[in-house]
Amino acid sequence: MYVEMRHITKTFDGFQASRDVSFGIEKGFLAALLGPSGSGKTTILRMIAGLDRPDEGDILIDGTRVNDLPGSKRGIGFVFQNYALFRYMTVADNIAFGLEVQKKSKSEIKSRVDELLELIAMKDLGKRYPHQLSGGQRQRVAFARALAPDPQLLLLDEPFAAIDAKVRRELRTWLREMIERVGVTSIFVTHDQEEAMEVADLVILTNQGRIEQIGSPREICLQPQTDFVRDFIDAKRFEALMDIV
Amino acid sequence: MTGVFMEQHIVKVKNKKGVRVIPGFGLSMGVTLAMLGCLVLIPLASIFLSASRLGFGEFIGVVTSRQVVSGYVVSLSCAFLAALVNAVFGIVLAWVLVRYEFPGKRLMDGMIELPFALPTAVAGIALTYLYSDQGWIGSLFAKVGIKIAYTRIGITIAMVFVGIPFVVRAVQPVLEKLDRQYEEAAMMLGANKPYTFFRVILPELFPALLAGFGLAFARGIGEYGSVVFIAGNIPYKTQIAPLLIMTKLEQYKYADATAIALVLLLISFLLMFLINSIQIYMQRFSKA
Amino acid sequence: MADKNEKDLDRDLVGDGIHSIQKVIQPHKAYSRPVIKYILIGVSVLFLAVMLGIPLIVVAVNALSDGWAAYKEAVLDEYTVKALLLTLLATVSAVAVNTVFGVFAAYLLSKFYFKGRQILATLIDIPFSISPVIAGLVFILTFGNIGWMGDFLKAHDIKIVFAVPGVILATIFVTFPFVFRELFPVLNAQGKDEEEAAALMGAGGFTIFRRITFPHIRWALLYGVILCTARAMGEFGAVSVISGHLRGKTNTLPLHVEILYNEFNTTAAFAVSSILVILAVLILIARNIVEWKRK
Repeated sequence: MYVEMRHITKTFDGFQASRDVSFGIEKGFLAALLGPSGSGKTTILRMIAGLDRPDEGDILIDGTRVNDLPGSKRGIGFVFQNYALFRYMTVADNIAFGLEVQKKSKSEIKSRVDELLELIAMKDLGKRYPHQLSGGQRQRVAFARALAPDPQLLLLDEPFAAIDAKVRRELRTWLREMIERVGVTSIFVTHDQEEAMEVADLVILTNQGRIEQIGSPREICLQPQTDFVRDFIDAKRFEALMDIV
Repeated sequence: MTGVFMEQHIVKVKNKKGVRVIPGFGLSMGVTLAMLGCLVLIPLASIFLSASRLGFGEFIGVVTSRQVVSGYVVSLSCAFLAALVNAVFGIVLAWVLVRYEFPGKRLMDGMIELPFALPTAVAGIALTYLYSDQGWIGSLFAKVGIKIAYTRIGITIAMVFVGIPFVVRAVQPVLEKLDRQYEEAAMMLGANKPYTFFRVILPELFPALLAGFGLAFARGIGEYGSVVFIAGNIPYKTQIAPLLIMTKLEQYKYADATAIALVLLLISFLLMFLINSIQIYMQRFSKA
Repeated sequence: MADKNEKDLDRDLVGDGIHSIQKVIQPHKAYSRPVIKYILIGVSVLFLAVMLGIPLIVVAVNALSDGWAAYKEAVLDEYTVKALLLTLLATVSAVAVNTVFGVFAAYLLSKFYFKGRQILATLIDIPFSISPVIAGLVFILTFGNIGWMGDFLKAHDIKIVFAVPGVILATIFVTFPFVFRELFPVLNAQGKDEEEAAALMGAGGFTIFRRITFPHIRWALLYGVILCTARAMGEFGAVSVISGHLRGKTNTLPLHVEILYNEFNTTAAFAVSSILVILAVLILIARNIVEWKRK
């Protein structure tokens, strides 16, 4: 298991966001945390990232307990829901930020930034500012920025929420390909089951702070283990998809 | 508080310019223009009218005289320094009031406006007393040979006093609304807190900070009541420009007073224009 | 923490990570660092104490330095009372005039579109960026002996400069945009849909204002009035230029403080100041209550 949550509990002002959450994700997997809003999926992601601390339980990354390690030392890249691009920095400066912090040499930073700009197919847009980009381009920049320090684990919080429906499908495929190409273990949060089913290798279904079921999209569709999963997943919609899988 | 904020609002209302269905346009327009004209614009025009009666050579002669130039220098330099001090402490205060919880926070928040509510003359004599050689704080500095009252340090302190609320109240709401995701993003990328503050948070606060700085600066340049007592009115040393206008008026030299005032007025307008321009430029980034 | 950690973890999960656990377990500084917090709070408290708190104590201590009787004498002095009355008159006038203006101007600029709105808004703001001394000067240049209306006023025996009307006009001028500034953002954010709906149903202008617009701006109006009061009460520079410092006639409280101070009557000056401090503190409290209610 590359990422492992063990008996995680988290309460915010009396609201139980996580109740005894345990699961593991193998290296190289692309996992989706799926669930209705308020089910605690974002909290799980933020705890893995070190943005929130669990009240109880252990978080392990690559076999090491990281509870007391700040997020920046966990080898994690994080793509925020609204991307949180730094408005007053160019695309290139945004991507370079994580490398500058590590005091990398100028030439090293430049070659890495160029490489990433090429990866996201925005080679000529490095000098642009975030406000000059489309929603999809912003997402790609956020993706590149998170990847710049070469993280071992990529976390994405609702990566498609801020993008209009037309380009969402396109971006989904793109992201899936990118993650495969980079080969980074990834977890993304979504409330959209279609997104989870089409993109992820592994779906972790959450409800009211608990894990309802963990499995491949196929398993979730064909062998729902609880009533909640049966109600929540509209299995018919994915029949075609399941046949391909 | 500057014009730029208004501009944002105004653009919003523009969309439905079609038919005017709400009654009261004529009345509100009439009352607004009449009051603004009689109480502000016409009196203000007098200054340009009397200045135009001055010959150009005469005007230049007045405003380039040694005493007047030194008055401008004192006012501008002290106000600038005070605005800088206020920018630094204003950010600290706004940060403390927004980000931390501690006992007495509400009191501290309420106190910020004190310089605004306290009559400037009262502040002036209290500060003079406090920072004079015999005063509680002034005597401490006098021991090490630093004079505060009746020097430019004293003038700057008085200007800091009147300027604090401008910066705090400009920065505070922006900091409150600032999305924590920017900081979290910087932190995930490995930046420490000071680095995150200077590279990520400060640029976000900059337009508001600039507005606050500009208002504090403008207020300092024009300030009279709180400064006049602590300045001591020593020619070429601690004579501020507004005080020079006052002195000329007491000597019935109306033309001189008008000339000095006109330059001061132009400086204020130029300053506001400059700050508005920078803010309009910065606004381009906020679409993202 | 380390003990609990080792106990809880399965060996195989830890793998060869025992060393990395020890390396990792030290909590990062940024995780739990209240030091900066306390430094910043300390700096803030110190700054506010020196800049704002101690000056207030100075006023109180000096006002009472010659005892209670001297304090009472200074405060109840005939000229002090007259100055207080003039200050109140100027303040009430400024608040009244600027409230009327603020309501009309904010209504105009937020509910109607017309050419030159931006310019109008900028013009209203002018008194904000002008030195109070200049604010006083403009009235001398208008209504004084050398002013263009000077001869006319003299012919009709009207005195404005060095008289009470001048003091009032100067006070109005420096506080001119205050109420408008509080009302405008509120009305603007509210939009004009409600007014338009009411107008289409046949409501008249006054009814619309009273029933629809006014409830939105109640607190903002009160807030603006409080700010206007504070500024009007304390105005010094503008009034100083135009009043002529006639004791008992055109002296406001802040001017009276100046005169006493310049006569080296320090105790009396601080005693009179203490009245203004009390008023200022009351205004601050009112301001905070209103702000709290608004939220």
